[in-house]
Amino acid sequence: MAFIVRRLAFYIVAAWVALTVNFFIPRAMPGNAVEAIMAKFPNLQPSAFKALQAMLGVGHPGSLPSQYGRYLADVSRLDFGTDVSQYPASVSSVLGATIPWTLTLVGTATVIAFLVGTGFGIIAGWRHGGWLDRMLPGLMFLQAIPYFFLALILLELFAQRLHLFPVGQGYTGGLIPGWHWDFISSAIDHSLLPAFTIVITSIAGWMLQMRNVMVTTIGEDYVIAAQAKGLSSRRVIFTYAARNALLPQLQGFGLALGFVVSGAIVMEIVFAYPGIGLLLVNAVTSNDYPMMQAIFLVITFAVLLANMLVDIIIVFTDPRARSREATR
Amino acid sequence: MTAVPITVEPTATIEKHPGRWRRLPVKAKAGAVTLGLFILAAIIGPMVSPYDPSYQNPAPSLSMHAPYGAHLLGTTQTGQDVLAQLLVGIRLTLELAFIVGVVATVLAVIVGVTAAYLGGIWDEVLSLLSNVFLVIPALPLLVVLLGYLSHKGQTATILVLSVLGWPWGARVVRAQTLAIRNRDFISAAREAGESTWRIIAFEIVPNEVSLIAASFVNTVLYAIGTSVALAFIGLTDLNTWSLGTILYWAQSQNALQLGAWWWFVPPGLAVALMGTALVLLNTGIDELGNPRLRDARSASRIAGHLVRPTDPTPVLHEVPAERSRVGSFLHSFSRSSLLDEAPGAREDGSPRSEEGAKQ
Repeated sequence: MAFIVRRLAFYIVAAWVALTVNFFIPRAMPGNAVEAIMAKFPNLQPSAFKALQAMLGVGHPGSLPSQYGRYLADVSRLDFGTDVSQYPASVSSVLGATIPWTLTLVGTATVIAFLVGTGFGIIAGWRHGGWLDRMLPGLMFLQAIPYFFLALILLELFAQRLHLFPVGQGYTGGLIPGWHWDFISSAIDHSLLPAFTIVITSIAGWMLQMRNVMVTTIGEDYVIAAQAKGLSSRRVIFTYAARNALLPQLQGFGLALGFVVSGAIVMEIVFAYPGIGLLLVNAVTSNDYPMMQAIFLVITFAVLLANMLVDIIIVFTDPRARSREATR
Repeated sequence: MTAVPITVEPTATIEKHPGRWRRLPVKAKAGAVTLGLFILAAIIGPMVSPYDPSYQNPAPSLSMHAPYGAHLLGTTQTGQDVLAQLLVGIRLTLELAFIVGVVATVLAVIVGVTAAYLGGIWDEVLSLLSNVFLVIPALPLLVVLLGYLSHKGQTATILVLSVLGWPWGARVVRAQTLAIRNRDFISAAREAGESTWRIIAFEIVPNEVSLIAASFVNTVLYAIGTSVALAFIGLTDLNTWSLGTILYWAQSQNALQLGAWWWFVPPGLAVALMGTALVLLNTGIDELGNPRLRDARSASRIAGHLVRPTDPTPVLHEVPAERSRVGSFLHSFSRSSLLDEAPGAREDGSPRSEEGAKQ
């Protein structure tokens, strides 16, 4: 329990750092962000002008501590201001509409890649030097290819040329999003190719890591002892070796989420997928600063939350993590 | 998991003794050779290139022309030579990646060594800082930072990438410094009255050369990948030729849809090959220190017996369960999430040295 409390404290600090960095970025950067916005969106109301000034710290919005206090209060109410490119919609409502897209697609693809990669890693580590193990350099190459490059080529090949998958977007235009089969099947159809590209580019990383830990674990005395007892290979692999090798793998999973999110941003650009990454890049190109900042916070908080979940899973599944805590 | 003192095996000696080259794992050799070719191309490429990468040949027949004798990699839509762009692009991308690698690694060493050697509140604050910046996703933060900059040049990208690229290295260097901080030779130096900074610069850092090298390679890898992705998004100076901007222009001019693969594929392949070379280099160095990670053929050669991969390790094959420092670097990624409480930390000896600190 003490462990969970300590981790919780860490994530609270991390969240606070993210909030503070987010607060100071617009104030520390050169140039006048509000004027840049007003120049791009001349039809904004004067009230929006005032709100933007207060939010981005331009003009005379009060002392820095009072600005900071107001900022924290706004964020705690999930009030990220008004979106300038889709004025007068609020940033929160625009965000709320895009988050499910990213969460479903990227979440599913990542879990699949993690499971398959870990599975392959177990086999490659166990059959050390086997055919799967020798494919590793090839897989490394696959991972070193810039994500968007591979995605664009696959998009061209499978969607444009062979017409096996739809070309980009989240669903067929003209459909009304909702819980009916036409829309859901169309959404699934559109997510297959993006998900596939995420899986094949990230699988090698999981596999390599699991394989290396497996190779080291197999040399441990308790694994040899289990084999000497005459236990079946299956049992030795899964109950003895893989189970112990899984802890670092799970920890890596939490940390890699940051990269997954980064991959998702680029993926959504390539596939014009209506998620949070595309929204971020559109916000950047249109100087939509309130939206940019809100997205950064949302992404960061999601990653922190996922990390916390992974920590809790580790504590409940791995006695070593608990005992280490007890001895401290 | 046995705690074995970590032997010092600086990678720097590999270059000093040519005989060692042959003993390098194949992966490391392949990686080094490939990377060397790219560095060579970056240095002499732009000099021997017959065209200016920005020169737009007005001849209509040279718009998106397929590769032929005069233009070995064909031309772009505006008649620019792809090969010339590629050579300049490799130089610019490598240049950026190496500068980021150096700056971020120096920052990492400073933070990591300071935290571990000074201990106490310094350690608490610096470790917390690096752990926090490890969990905060980097690319969104980069995008926001660059989004606010009106002038998105090479320098801005280098700065922002360096500022966000150090926490990994810092963590690993810290763990390693904790492990050697209480070794006898450090105590001896302290007894001899050497200053703290002298001990750090001449006793501790030289013993972490291989680790720092691995950290550098990883940072270069991160810089290449991230800078190319940022350029592809358009968050860079699009008037310069880097591998990312070539891809950006190829994509925005629909090179693939128009079938101009010679415009789109070479820069992407170059990035992939450079990345693979760096990963191979790191894995190879890793295997050098940890024979277990090699594939079975070379592993069985050690004792001259054929051992199947699934056989229990016979006693005569016993290799110490120690992990090379490069290995511990790579593994440190896996344990970063539970921070310093990870089980592997025991192998680095950090808990031991913490016990020593309590005495």
